[in-house]
Amino acid sequence: MALVASVPIRPAAARPGQILAVSVIALFLAIFLVIPAGTVIYTAFTEKGTGALTIVNFIDFFNTDLFRRSFFNSVYVSGMSVVWASAIALPLAVLTTRFDFRGSLIIQTLGFVPLIMPPFVGAVAMQLLFGRNGTVNLLLNDWFGIRVPFMEGLNGVIFVQSLHYFPFILINLSTSLRNIDRSMEEAAQNLGSSGFRLFRRIVFPLAMPGYLAGASLVFVKVFDDLATPLLLNVKDMLAPQAYLRVTSVGLTDPMGYVISVILIAVSIFAMWLSAVAMRGKDYSTVQRGGGGLSRRKLSRGESVIAYGVVALILLLVLSPHIGLLLLSFATVWSFSPLPDAYTVAHYGRVFGESSLYIKNTLIYASLAGLIDVVIGGAIAYLVLRTKVVGRRWLDWAATAALAIPGVVLGIGYLRTFYGITLPDGTPLATLWVTVVLALAIRRLPYALRACYAALQQVSESLEEAAENLGATKQRTIRRIVLPLMTGGLLAGFVTSFSTAAVELSATLMLIQSNSDAPIAYGLYVFMQSPAGRGPGAALGVIAVIMVALCTLLSHYVIERRQKALGTAK
Amino acid sequence: MLKTIAAAMLMSAAFIVTAHAQDGGKVTIVTSFSKDVTDPFKAGFEAANPGFTLDVQNKSTSSGVKYIDETKVNNQVDLFWASAPDAFDSLKSRELLAKFTPSVTGLPEKVGSYPVNDPDGFYFGFAASGYGIMSNDRYLEANNLPKPAEWGDLAKPEYYDHVAIAAPSRSGTTHLTIETILQGEGWDKGWGTLKGIGGNLQQVTERSFGVPDAVNSGQTGIGIVIDFFAFSAQASGFPVSFAYPSVTTVVPANIGIVANAPNQAGAEAFVNYILSEKGQEVLLEPAIRRLPINPALYAKAPEGFPNPFKDPRFQSMITFDSDVSKKRTDVVDTLFDQLISFQLENLKGATQAVHAAEKALAANEQPAARALLDEAKALIAAMPITSEEAASKETRDAFTGGEEKTARQAELEQKWAAFATEKYAAAKAKAEEALNLVD
Repeated sequence: MALVASVPIRPAAARPGQILAVSVIALFLAIFLVIPAGTVIYTAFTEKGTGALTIVNFIDFFNTDLFRRSFFNSVYVSGMSVVWASAIALPLAVLTTRFDFRGSLIIQTLGFVPLIMPPFVGAVAMQLLFGRNGTVNLLLNDWFGIRVPFMEGLNGVIFVQSLHYFPFILINLSTSLRNIDRSMEEAAQNLGSSGFRLFRRIVFPLAMPGYLAGASLVFVKVFDDLATPLLLNVKDMLAPQAYLRVTSVGLTDPMGYVISVILIAVSIFAMWLSAVAMRGKDYSTVQRGGGGLSRRKLSRGESVIAYGVVALILLLVLSPHIGLLLLSFATVWSFSPLPDAYTVAHYGRVFGESSLYIKNTLIYASLAGLIDVVIGGAIAYLVLRTKVVGRRWLDWAATAALAIPGVVLGIGYLRTFYGITLPDGTPLATLWVTVVLALAIRRLPYALRACYAALQQVSESLEEAAENLGATKQRTIRRIVLPLMTGGLLAGFVTSFSTAAVELSATLMLIQSNSDAPIAYGLYVFMQSPAGRGPGAALGVIAVIMVALCTLLSHYVIERRQKALGTAK
Repeated sequence: MLKTIAAAMLMSAAFIVTAHAQDGGKVTIVTSFSKDVTDPFKAGFEAANPGFTLDVQNKSTSSGVKYIDETKVNNQVDLFWASAPDAFDSLKSRELLAKFTPSVTGLPEKVGSYPVNDPDGFYFGFAASGYGIMSNDRYLEANNLPKPAEWGDLAKPEYYDHVAIAAPSRSGTTHLTIETILQGEGWDKGWGTLKGIGGNLQQVTERSFGVPDAVNSGQTGIGIVIDFFAFSAQASGFPVSFAYPSVTTVVPANIGIVANAPNQAGAEAFVNYILSEKGQEVLLEPAIRRLPINPALYAKAPEGFPNPFKDPRFQSMITFDSDVSKKRTDVVDTLFDQLISFQLENLKGATQAVHAAEKALAANEQPAARALLDEAKALIAAMPITSEEAASKETRDAFTGGEEKTARQAELEQKWAAFATEKYAAAKAKAEEALNLVD
């Protein structure tokens, strides 16, 4: 069982169905990821002037102080962000899944909201609260004559990134914790283990797949994220450098693409490392249906501390959204702790258009999330349960999507699909479906990691048992594997959905008309002028509420399912 | 449960409306202007030209240029509409714009000293913009700072860490500001001024709008911006001021018809509309506040609105030579990035040391220390290349990917960056030495 070097896994030899699945997914990834990105990134390997293949650009990369500094800064920031994100996510995950804690559902949802940081407005709101002359610093300066540089330099990036991405750990870890059967814990308790030792030796190791899935995502995401460093005006990190070079007018500099290749390599390496860390360990448990870990009751004193900790963490992680809300009601907010006056006019301004944006966003993000869960689940199954040739490549290719800057993918789509026209002459790239596919590709790694973790916790012996009883492979997958993975699949869907809902970089390249635009684009259009700040914030609030409601709904579904399982037993 | 969710999602997918039918009058425009600007123009244009609908695609200037370039094989865009003249130059040189003669006549040929329209008729100025200094009144008051009026003021010690600018490589409008300073003061003196300002920078943003945004919210006190950012912020109630320095220039914001436009007639109608008196009047709306290109409109302008055709200060502004600018655009932008943006910490460190020594010297003048300080200042101002080298073919080819093999951009960048790191460190050491002598 857990952590015992397990019964050697003997995946069945490749079947026609599995080969077909691999081919279909490979084709999908090739057409919508590898080829479009390849047409752009190819430049990294060509020599200036002659166009001949060369690696001289990579030598240039390592000979440039700026890039070396950027590389180390990126590694440092990503590592520290994982540490801080864990510090925020662990208490929330443990308190809400291991203890009888009122409002777990709301905490799980609210803890998820930071992931939904609408572009631009989120940044403005954070600056207004934590910036050099934000609310906190203006008050500190008034009272004590000091300022705390929350938002400056690399530490500022770490601060914002941990607040922004800790939900990756929270959601994956919570799902893993829920999937642990209470009999494991009971067995340990019978043998005399309890308290922190029980958590350290039994519970946390069993939840390791979820934690690693989340932590590796945070690392790679922070490594590849360009929006946060740019909004803090930190330019000596790799992703911003790639972006700045790729998007400058009229330049043919290959370094932007060289950096993209390096981002992809590091992302895959990090994912590979987390896979190695899991190798040789079996995290699956046979028992199912116990309804998750037993929940302990907290004593009165413990309750007070626990609620205090949770409230503090939530206040911190939700502060950008509180700022956003204030901004959306503010008339003028300039160099003052709070806005000068309040109004609801901004909501009136966006009301007419927002329904279109909301509809488009819901359609795009849910279709993208659905595609991601289907493909992510299939890849996870192929990698963990079969020996089909090329299954690992699917995993690496899908993961690489994380590292490809959205603007590179957007340009790649234009190059690949603009020449292909529909019968009536409109280019394929102008259809909204292209936006959905781009979003699906960009968010696939999130869903993939969640599916992977979910499947790692399902013991293969359950499938073997089903097959011994005469069930076909398809039937086993449908009746055994899928139901046991539901939590993970939903976690994957929610992550893909909610992040796709506020994605802008690829969208901005591909959106062809206002009637096809999602809410992130609407925000962008408003946020380019002083008078548009309020309406932009109002749209941002609407986006956050919308995505949060969808998340709440799916958490509700998970909770209900857990309860149903628990009582059925 | 999964099934229910899947079903729900399929249902929502069924609601999708396919691209709605247009009656042949759709005019597609790619622009970097915000909704506040495009909405009134859309409304006015559609009212003045019934049957046409304006479809606005909002993209940043650089993505817009890339987009039009990438989609030229099957172009679906009629018009390109943005501030920075260099973006239009770039499009024109790639033959992505179409020639046109607007029907509106009687508009001036020059604003300040800059020609309003492209001499070959590929793009047209519809509004004028000047560059200047925007400041947040509350911020200045809280920090006891006077309002700066000239570029040189921004290099003064009291403004240390209070100034913001957009990277010229990211913002065509900032690039023009930099180029204006370089042309107005000369290459070496101009870079001296720029590095003096650079040493006082709090942030170098990557979007043009990042600067007015930071000034509006009070995160920074002073920003180098294009005038309408400040005017529209004032109109929205923000406590900000704006000043045109004496070395500045007014340049037009432009519109051009894209080559092989699917709706040529619609595109022409829009250009004619925007140059007409009705279209020009839209520019005066509080949320837009750009300087119209039609001098007659200034009669309707609000109190205190600058008039580039009448105000004497605009007449004395320098002549902006766009040929000189074009030749060295990439070099100037990259120099700014490598010497200022990416070296900000080193530059600020050296500048702070110089300021400290300067202050000590003012109280206790000593010739030996003064000499050291002058050396330090010269080290900061030193440039890795001359203006001739910057405009030379060899240097330019490194950036344009010309046919011949030359130095690669990455090599030049590393060379310049290493030069700056070394000089700034040396300058800091000298300034500290000077301070020690005085103390």
